[in-house]
Amino acid sequence: MIAEQFKYSRIPAAAEAQRAEVRAFLAEAMAGIPAIRRADSWMGFDAEFSRKLGARGWLGMALPTQYGGSAAGPFARYVVIEELLAAGAPVSAHWIADRQSGPLILRYGTDAQRDRHLPAICRGEQYFCIGMSEPGSGSDLASIKTRARRIDDGNHWLLNGQKLWTTNAHKSHYMIALVRTAEPTKARHEGMTQFIIDLRAPGVTIRPIRDLAGSEHFNEVFFDNVELGPESMIGTEGQGWEQVTAELAFERSGPERFLSSIALLHTLIDAIGPTPDALQAKEIGRLTAKLIGLRAMSLSVTAQLAAGQNPALAASCVKDLGTGFEQELPEIAQLLHDSQPKTAGGSDHARVLAQLTQMAPSFSLRGGTREILRGIIARGLGLR
Amino acid sequence: MRDLFESTIERLLADLSTPEAVRASEGGVWPTALWSAVEESGFALAAAPESAGGAGASWDDLYPVLAACGRHNLPVPLPEAMLANWLLGRAGLDAQSGPLSFAAGSTLTLTDGRISGRLSDVPWGRHVEHVIAITPGAKPMLVVLATSTATQQTQRLNLAGEPRDDLDFDGVTPLASAALPNDLSNDVLLQGGAMLRSAQAAGALQALLAMCTQHATERVQFGKPIGSFQAIGHQIAVMAEHVALASVSAEAACAESGDDGLAWLPIAAAKVCSAEASSLSAGIAHAVHGAIGFTHEFHLHLTTRRLWAWRSEYGSLTDWSQRIGRAACAGGASGFWPSVTGGQLPALSSPGTTR
Repeated sequence: MIAEQFKYSRIPAAAEAQRAEVRAFLAEAMAGIPAIRRADSWMGFDAEFSRKLGARGWLGMALPTQYGGSAAGPFARYVVIEELLAAGAPVSAHWIADRQSGPLILRYGTDAQRDRHLPAICRGEQYFCIGMSEPGSGSDLASIKTRARRIDDGNHWLLNGQKLWTTNAHKSHYMIALVRTAEPTKARHEGMTQFIIDLRAPGVTIRPIRDLAGSEHFNEVFFDNVELGPESMIGTEGQGWEQVTAELAFERSGPERFLSSIALLHTLIDAIGPTPDALQAKEIGRLTAKLIGLRAMSLSVTAQLAAGQNPALAASCVKDLGTGFEQELPEIAQLLHDSQPKTAGGSDHARVLAQLTQMAPSFSLRGGTREILRGIIARGLGLR
Repeated sequence: MRDLFESTIERLLADLSTPEAVRASEGGVWPTALWSAVEESGFALAAAPESAGGAGASWDDLYPVLAACGRHNLPVPLPEAMLANWLLGRAGLDAQSGPLSFAAGSTLTLTDGRISGRLSDVPWGRHVEHVIAITPGAKPMLVVLATSTATQQTQRLNLAGEPRDDLDFDGVTPLASAALPNDLSNDVLLQGGAMLRSAQAAGALQALLAMCTQHATERVQFGKPIGSFQAIGHQIAVMAEHVALASVSAEAACAESGDDGLAWLPIAAAKVCSAEASSLSAGIAHAVHGAIGFTHEFHLHLTTRRLWAWRSEYGSLTDWSQRIGRAACAGGASGFWPSVTGGQLPALSSPGTTR
């Protein structure tokens, strides 16, 4: 069954044709950007850059033109996003909106919700975060306690609770949150619903949490009697779990799961130079082979998503293998080249090495832990 | 075309390439009836152009055939014959019927139309009628030799008991010969061999995964199937990831190899991913199967021993990794990503052996 899940899927010529234009744009837009900022790519927040991409039609590429998208399709989008990541472009502002909030709103949203959000997402002006984890609910997502209760005429909701580890909440306009709308029963995946929450609404408090490297990317978000209008609910009441599961395949199968550290591979290759010794050649070659294979896996999942399937098992394979590859990178960099990581001063390679060594543990936590992913794969194989 | 190939070969090999047939082959028996059935299916000639007596099938179409050979531990040189006939066709020679193999390594010299020298590690060398090889040097020739004209045969078996023989020739006239087309590397048989073994390993790895999931759902310990224990489930999940990586890489290697030549970088990447997946998966499969899987009676070893053998044939993980790594470093960081998306590393073909 694995073979059916991973059929080789070449990027169609029309989509591939876009690559040169993206590269030319990036060569100019990224000129003079130092390696340490390129290493930040996926976490680099630059609203002006996002609007530039929007103006070029490179956001919402999988969305229909009536909502401001380019309808260029998933492979054209793939070409654009992998080029952005490979160049270390600052894509964090729009990333979640473009990757999963937009497609989710297109799929489950009302016409009014689509009109409100999709054109602004495509322009690179509306940013989203994902409200899933809570203080007592990490990997065990179904145990969430944040609760929305119907009030007034039954069309409005009152939201109370807390989300945690929410990337970019402090810089986003909206959160799409999974919350309880019914008391938990034995069927623990029932009674949850997704809402689009305006983060400027009264009762929302956002506090950034510093990570181990001193950066502020993720947050805790408090909801204290936040009133949600009827336009806030997205999809079907009680179907939140199914909706989230479908969204996760987008979240887990993309090239950011193996390209977010490519800046380190670049500085490592340059540090080694054009004539590697036997060990350097072997390890650089092995990493390259794995990168090529991971890209082929990711593209085959893209083809399945484009066909409207929900390849949960395949997406989990890409993410687990991809984050393993990324976590191996700083270790191999240390093995191959004698340079001490530096957080200030030092060579490009030393700076990037310090940055990604510190970021590496998060790769197999965010977006679903290694253990959760392997559980999904095992279940998909029929083991439990 | 591809679906038809897949269903045809699958039906044929499921019926005939049984564990009993594979075991008999490991005992030294050449399965005459199995080879006849395989030859009758036409796949041995499929990759040669119609003008040379083949079907002009692409490696993309033939990937499922190669994978099926691996899945069923096929004990005859069908993959070898497919590659040999493809190359004969590319060089303008007629495809060969009958058991056929190739030598990726040779010390052949061609003097006054006569061939001398050694072919090493010829798959099924003692059983095939014909073998093809390339003479080393600046003007490489592709030659077809009758194995009956070898002066000496040094018999060897790989780890899975598959013949890998050396054949010595002394002044024989080749049955056919032609200049190797200019666009092909002297190493084309090494490259092709790596493509074949990667695709066979993909099929074998898929079979191995299926054996593991079946065993882990049937074998009960502590009152429940062992697959329901997280420690087992996660090991099989990791194996599945690597089987996926090896499969899609091998398929890409075949799909990107067209009439204009075999695809260096995709093949190199596939061989590396395949070797790594083979080591890891064989280890996990034996852990999952326990002592049962260590017996000769149980058929698990027919697959794991082949994976252990094939991973080091036509270039090991280290060999192919180093080729890629040297080329990647030669291209520098600025050339790296364009090579990945373009599927080409300009410096990859090995210096000294290409013209």
